[in-house]
Amino acid sequence: MAEEEAPEVELSGKQKKEIAKWFLLNSPCGEIQYVAKDVRSVLNDDGAYDEAASEAFPTYNKAQMICLDLPRRMGEVLITSFGELEENRFLDPRTAQVGIVDHVKQVCTDVRPATDEELPSPYIEEFRCALDAEVLKYVGEAYPKGVCSVYCTKGKDLEGPGSDFELAVVIQAARNSPQNFCTGSWRSVWNIEFNDDMQVLEIRGQMQVGAHYFEEGNVQLDAKHECKDSTILQSPEDSAISIASIIRHHETEYLGSLEDLRRKLPVTRTLFPWHNTLQFSLTRDISKELGIEK
Amino acid sequence: MEAALGLMRRMPPKHSETALSALLSLLPHRSSDLLSQVDQPLQVLCDIDSGKEFILCEYNRDADSYRSPWSSKYHPPLEDGTQPSSELRKLEIEANDIFAIYRDQYYEGGISSVYMWEDDNEGFVACFLIKKDGSKTAHGRRGYLEEGAWDAIHVIEVGPEEDGTAHYCLTSTVMLSLTTDDESSGTFSLSGSIRRQMNMDLSIAEGHLCNMGRMIEEMEGKLRNSLDQVYFGKTKEMVCTLRPPAEITQMRMPES
Repeated sequence: MAEEEAPEVELSGKQKKEIAKWFLLNSPCGEIQYVAKDVRSVLNDDGAYDEAASEAFPTYNKAQMICLDLPRRMGEVLITSFGELEENRFLDPRTAQVGIVDHVKQVCTDVRPATDEELPSPYIEEFRCALDAEVLKYVGEAYPKGVCSVYCTKGKDLEGPGSDFELAVVIQAARNSPQNFCTGSWRSVWNIEFNDDMQVLEIRGQMQVGAHYFEEGNVQLDAKHECKDSTILQSPEDSAISIASIIRHHETEYLGSLEDLRRKLPVTRTLFPWHNTLQFSLTRDISKELGIEK
Repeated sequence: MEAALGLMRRMPPKHSETALSALLSLLPHRSSDLLSQVDQPLQVLCDIDSGKEFILCEYNRDADSYRSPWSSKYHPPLEDGTQPSSELRKLEIEANDIFAIYRDQYYEGGISSVYMWEDDNEGFVACFLIKKDGSKTAHGRRGYLEEGAWDAIHVIEVGPEEDGTAHYCLTSTVMLSLTTDDESSGTFSLSGSIRRQMNMDLSIAEGHLCNMGRMIEEMEGKLRNSLDQVYFGKTKEMVCTLRPPAEITQMRMPES
């Protein structure tokens, strides 16, 4: 293609901000800080960059469900929309603490105990806590670096049976070795509706796997799956066991099905007979030239 | 510029066009560098004489025209377009024929093209290209992928003959895109590009084509294995190394 004169159109601050935001939001799991460095350099406009970062990081952090350490070794908090109390305040239901977060730096700058209003009622907490314990057990066995949390997403102030309520289970496991040019992540969200009327649990799961390999190029895997299941509503402990077992079953099955997709890459067992095919084509040509029919 | 290339290595490959145009708008003065260093999907034209398709790349381009490997004519027509020597053109024709058979065996469809030209060191350079569209509507006979594409560019620099051997330097770039989207298994997308190099000194007793063909075959096999290991192997390792093996093997038959 012929060389063209580059049009000397300067992008507006707003346009630059939108571009920066797009790059940040599309960073692979665990790589946003590297992307941030490159974007800042390429943008050459710190004002637009800072604005983009302040908008992109919170969205990215919640979508990736990053896990941050609480200060003073008070534990960890998962950054999710379920636990978001205010823009920079995230609840950790397990330890009933609230972390104050700097999204752009991806650190927790302070922590305080949660207030009663921020926590579910004792009745709900029984269910939440039992489920949390079961999920924690499962995640500990299934994911080498997995973290999880259980939130009440509806009906957190219920005093007793008689109404529906909802819990959400969040599981995240990430393996990041940027030095090996390889990052990967697992994210699953399970919404459980405790239906009082029918005495059933309606379960909806969303699973997402991502991987990025960039030693010799850039190849990325992005896979998602949704599923549904249900079981009867029982005591907090029995419900918890049921739910965790359903989650375990579906997640294992999904990871297994990804194995199947391997077979869709073009693969052949036997090597191509270069020498023979050449000989054949040469022979064919010579016979043609000599007018000999084979 | 390094930062720009860094971004291209991190952005999702399925959005690489968007990423590239964003970078071009931010760095207009670097457009030719960016365009030459970023892998883009292969394009195709149809040879007027034979009706066969051929792949476009820098190696068969002169000005704005592209030379067909079937007729050696430029499309659109070009007076005095660069041509390989008649010796090399013979080799090029043969290479195209045999590579088409290889391509058919591995990919069961698709398009291939080979271009050759003399270089300054008394050797020559050959470029083998494959474009395979795996979607149900396109060339593949085995079309169970919703949308799958494998574009391969293999550039081999062949050194001058010395004592019956020659030095071959192969640089391969594969761009792939596999996606499925269905009710039962959700969405799956594996895409991107890998580039790798291989150097060999080989006897020319069986001819250049044999050597080049075997190198390409080995390279493509290795790249497929890498993809296999990295994505399916490593991904599994990354997220669930501690899953009891019993659970997995019970559900899936081992590959025969």
